[in-house]
Amino acid sequence: MHEFSIAVNIIDIAVETANANDASVIKEVEIEVGELSGVIDEALDSALKSACRATIAENAVFVIRKIESEAVCTDCGKKFVPDDLVSACPNCGSVSTEIVKGKELRVKSINVE
Amino acid sequence: MCESCGCSDNNDYFMTIPGREGHTHPHVHNDHDHDHHHDHTHHSVHDHDHDHHNTVTRRIEVEKDALYKNDLVAERNRGFFEAKKTLAINLVSSPGSGKTSLLEKTISELKNDINFAVIEGDQQTTRDADRINAAGVPVIQVNTGNGCHLDAEMVNAAAKSLDISENSVLMIENVGNLVCPALFDLGEKYRVVIVSTTEGEDKPVKYPYMFQTSALCIINKTDLLPYLDFDIEKFKDFAQQVNHHIEFIELSVKSGDGFDNWAQWIKSRLTQ
Repeated sequence: MHEFSIAVNIIDIAVETANANDASVIKEVEIEVGELSGVIDEALDSALKSACRATIAENAVFVIRKIESEAVCTDCGKKFVPDDLVSACPNCGSVSTEIVKGKELRVKSINVE
Repeated sequence: MCESCGCSDNNDYFMTIPGREGHTHPHVHNDHDHDHHHDHTHHSVHDHDHDHHNTVTRRIEVEKDALYKNDLVAERNRGFFEAKKTLAINLVSSPGSGKTSLLEKTISELKNDINFAVIEGDQQTTRDADRINAAGVPVIQVNTGNGCHLDAEMVNAAAKSLDISENSVLMIENVGNLVCPALFDLGEKYRVVIVSTTEGEDKPVKYPYMFQTSALCIINKTDLLPYLDFDIEKFKDFAQQVNHHIEFIELSVKSGDGFDNWAQWIKSRLTQ
């Protein structure tokens, strides 16, 4: 359900940016969503379609780009692709790992007229 | 949604201070609402001829975090709390873990030593704020309506309405939900997650975001352990898989066992 709040924030950012650039219609919004961002793509997509109503992004296409996750083991320094937030290091088995990529939730660009 | 003004913005919420008449409604409207009419006129003109000769599609790089506004307000809250020397704690849990009971006990046991203020978050009703009000500390209820979490803006508005004294502890009781509140920084110093022994040991791996962002995990209802299969060590293992920095305090609000460790934790953080 938090996808709706996030969608409202994304639309706000897109509309503000369009207004600041004297654009009157938003054609496309490109969003980067990390694999471990805690956001479900389908839920975000439908939330965006509802949050954009009655704004200049009403007919926009929402492009969701996934960002692959990356973690680093704080014990042995090994970089690896974690399956989820609780992945142990595949090299030494340590659970002392830090997620360095994959939690992104960012408005990348917009296409406007 | 506020019945009194008919506003249907899903970000609407309202606040109530027990003992005062009515509620305040911050009327937070999104900027895009104001562009709405202009936009429709524009569209209807174009709809007839579909003439786009004069319009060129441009790409604008934005590169902004979706929640950057929340994070900015959260940082402002953090600065406000620091200036007030206020220790802000964001209490999160599933519904029914005993957040409000823990708060009531914490206030009644420590209010002679520590000044408390409380922000209560729930979708509906002022029941929790009424309980805290009865304990005799400043409290404000934030009803999130359709929302499933508190956000930094709500805490900002609530904190301004509360009489927070210097060197105090601000307890923010979030909406009972282990998923959504995890993504929203409120400007707190510490996030504290509360679980009870009647829940599953694997909660940390089922809801990793909340456990990953919490500094402390309180395991409540330890008085029920003899009647349950809950394995505390197994639970801690799961939590540490998600967050190897997390601390634990085991206690029972009902019997008072372990409560002193929590009291000590608060006092030591307040003097830091």
